[in-house]
Amino acid sequence: MNRLLPHPGLSALLVAMWMVMVNDISFGSLFLGIVIGIVVPLFTAPWWPGRPHVRFAPGIAYVGLVLWDIIIANFEVAAIILFKPNRDLRPAWLTVPLDLTTPEAITVFAGTISLTPGTVSADVSACGKYLLVHALHAPEPGAEVAKVKARYESRLMRIFV
Amino acid sequence: MTGGVSLAEVVVSALIVLGGAFALIGSWGLVRLPSLMERLHGPTKATTLGLGGILVASIVWFQFVRGEWTTHELLVSVFLFVTAPISANMIAKVHLLRLRQGDASEPGGPAGEPLPPAAGVDWATHEAPQLGTPGDLEGD
Repeated sequence: MNRLLPHPGLSALLVAMWMVMVNDISFGSLFLGIVIGIVVPLFTAPWWPGRPHVRFAPGIAYVGLVLWDIIIANFEVAAIILFKPNRDLRPAWLTVPLDLTTPEAITVFAGTISLTPGTVSADVSACGKYLLVHALHAPEPGAEVAKVKARYESRLMRIFV
Repeated sequence: MTGGVSLAEVVVSALIVLGGAFALIGSWGLVRLPSLMERLHGPTKATTLGLGGILVASIVWFQFVRGEWTTHELLVSVFLFVTAPISANMIAKVHLLRLRQGDASEPGGPAGEPLPPAAGVDWATHEAPQLGTPGDLEGD
């Protein structure tokens, strides 16, 4: 089982992506999708040295939360662009100390920050313990840091165990 | 579709107008925000919902007007969510590097230059990854 499917999650994702891409539910396309789902992880296994341990139920809840926040983020950023003059804007650099340690979790955290309200992640520190984030409008930088840590990082800690 | 307008067409039109409005606002943000880092916020966010609205409109159109089920739009949005933060991150890193080099053609913007995170460490743009961290090739 493990030899044939070194990454079951990746295989399932590839099959799902294949089905979405061919846009056709038939035995033939499902079969081809399964072949791809088995062959691609086998051939790319050397480039996946470690496997992140992911819990799926909180992961799906997290995707829902982030999608909702993206919609809110769009309205907030649109309101800032339309109504806030540049002299009232308080852009700031935030240094977010990281409790997450695995590269996959930090990547998801940084991506989430970029897609959600008024923040873009810019860099990670060389020691991997801090994330550099640019906020479009942060009159109180400390509160902003506490918000992203409480809202996203604490949830990611429960997903990547 | 002879004569009157179906509900699906109304929904599709509303979604296209909403999506177009957000794409326009995002582009306007590129024009009016003060410096590069602020301008990055427009395309990573306002434009996401702009494209999202148009993609949902496309799904609704194929489903209710043409009677076909399509899933390609889901794939477009997945790729968008994966690529938008990465391209924003690359632009930000180039900006950080040029700021540090003191390039005269790279104005700092209202937030200025970021401080190093703590004593003895620096951002990954300026310093090679330290031993034991994910980017450290010798330790891998």
